Amino acid sequence: MMQGIGHAVCLGQDIDTDLVIAGRYLRTKDHSQWVAHVFEDLDTSIAPRLKGAVIVAGKNFGCGSSREQAAIALREAGVVAVIAPTFARIFFRNAINIGLPAIECNITCTEGQKIRFNLADGWVEAEGKQYPIRPLSPRMQEILAAGGLVNYWKARS
Amino acid sequence: MSTLSERILGAPHGNYVDRKVDRAYVCDGTGMLTLETWKRMGAARLSDASRLHVFFDHIVPANNSTTATLQHELREFACNSSLTLSDIGGGICHQVMSEGIVLPGEVVVGADSHSCTSGAFGAFSTGVGATDMAAIWLTGETWFRVPDSIAIHLSGSLRGGAEAKDLALSYVNRLWMDGGTYCALEFIGEGVKTLQMDERLTLCNMAVETGAKTGMFYADDITVQYLAAKGQTVRPQVPETCTYIRNLELDLGDIVPVVAVPHRVDTIKPVQDLAGLPLDQVFVGTCTNGRYSDLVRFAKIVKGRKVAVRTIIVPASRQVLSEAVRTGILADLVDAGCTIGTPGCGPCLGAHMGVLGEGEVCLSTANRNFRNRMGVGGEIYLSSVATAAASSLTGEITEPEVA
Repeated sequence: MMQGIGHAVCLGQDIDTDLVIAGRYLRTKDHSQWVAHVFEDLDTSIAPRLKGAVIVAGKNFGCGSSREQAAIALREAGVVAVIAPTFARIFFRNAINIGLPAIECNITCTEGQKIRFNLADGWVEAEGKQYPIRPLSPRMQEILAAGGLVNYWKARS
Repeated sequence: MSTLSERILGAPHGNYVDRKVDRAYVCDGTGMLTLETWKRMGAARLSDASRLHVFFDHIVPANNSTTATLQHELREFACNSSLTLSDIGGGICHQVMSEGIVLPGEVVVGADSHSCTSGAFGAFSTGVGATDMAAIWLTGETWFRVPDSIAIHLSGSLRGGAEAKDLALSYVNRLWMDGGTYCALEFIGEGVKTLQMDERLTLCNMAVETGAKTGMFYADDITVQYLAAKGQTVRPQVPETCTYIRNLELDLGDIVPVVAVPHRVDTIKPVQDLAGLPLDQVFVGTCTNGRYSDLVRFAKIVKGRKVAVRTIIVPASRQVLSEAVRTGILADLVDAGCTIGTPGCGPCLGAHMGVLGEGEVCLSTANRNFRNRMGVGGEIYLSSVATAAASSLTGEITEPEVA
């Protein structure tokens, strides 16, 4: 979870969680439903590109509703990590809590480019260039390294 | 010298702290995912059920049997585990928490983004997702990064047709959708004395629309009196001189009626610039503007007249509805042609009770106008209650009359 590689999927700024997964699809225990409708209201061409993807978004990704289904939908769709200059704080916590790296880093996105990241060492690499990232707090690093908050507490109870 | 967040969380800004949570709550939407996640954490132990609340407010009564089945499971769990349950019709979690539950100085966490609302009492109140909430159920604690604070200095008093909602939309416009990210907003200055609790709740409610962790007022005489009427005895909080990372000054006398236009909360226009825009629906309610005082203002304007467009009014809580019944304003609303919904979130999140059709335009007193939120292809304009009332009578966006 602390490091990975994927192809870039470029998104704009201020993407709210309603656009990640709409309110009308939330009421189910079947998480595949969220994958089936991820980004449906933003652009239906995004979903097919998410397997193995690193989402590179503009500022304030995940604003709006606290719905954790947004982070779960991305992880279940095969997203490896989300990179943005800033995140809405609830989405940021949610992503780390379910083991999906949310990385604060400002990079220029080229669709499909290879992106590598290493959170322990604190960098993102795109097109041969390394970018520094804003480090996670020690607690968040522990949570992410455990694979999420469920595993983190399982190991402690 | 500390900000209110620093005082309540007990450390200077930038520090990470673990804090016991005084009140934690979920709603029917996030509660089901919280329950599922809490079970996966293995211990099946609740830290202290007396601090945990469950509210049925987002899709109530259930809109279909899938929702009903999920709600049934959460309801049974809440009853069997002695969590405090507010079942259908009780109202919106944030509103009920503001009816004498949240007290100044408390740490309050809700599994809903608008949990910042209760900051109006001088509490540190913020939203989290389902997994964080599951851990709070398990341990009774959570971690926080003590936020930097942004001061919103208020002077003067509201006048003309402007309401607290216009002030809320105006400060969101000044900070933009991410100007408050990772920060707390503190509303300070002489102007706060002119704002009643309902107005402060409206202002704090929209703090998250700037990305802020919470919006806060220091508890003062108005807070003390409001809570005394709900049977709670509290003391005022005295502000200290402290350092803010940003200062925003707003003269309440300069605030004019505004509307947030699709699809951004931070993009506003004066109501007069949009006058005449045809509407398909007016919606009054939500954790922003579904309180008794909101219903009173709406009823005053439409009393004895007829609305010209379908108008849905959803009281924020049973207490609000009950008061509206007792004082007769509910009859005024019904006689004017308004439709009344079950206390709760109503159509705000596009799940039921007033979902928009393709191309339909709604003027709403809610806090979000994200694309497709109230229905695919629908357009949402956000306004104050007075603007919504004036517009309901004409069927188009209309400036509120000045009383």
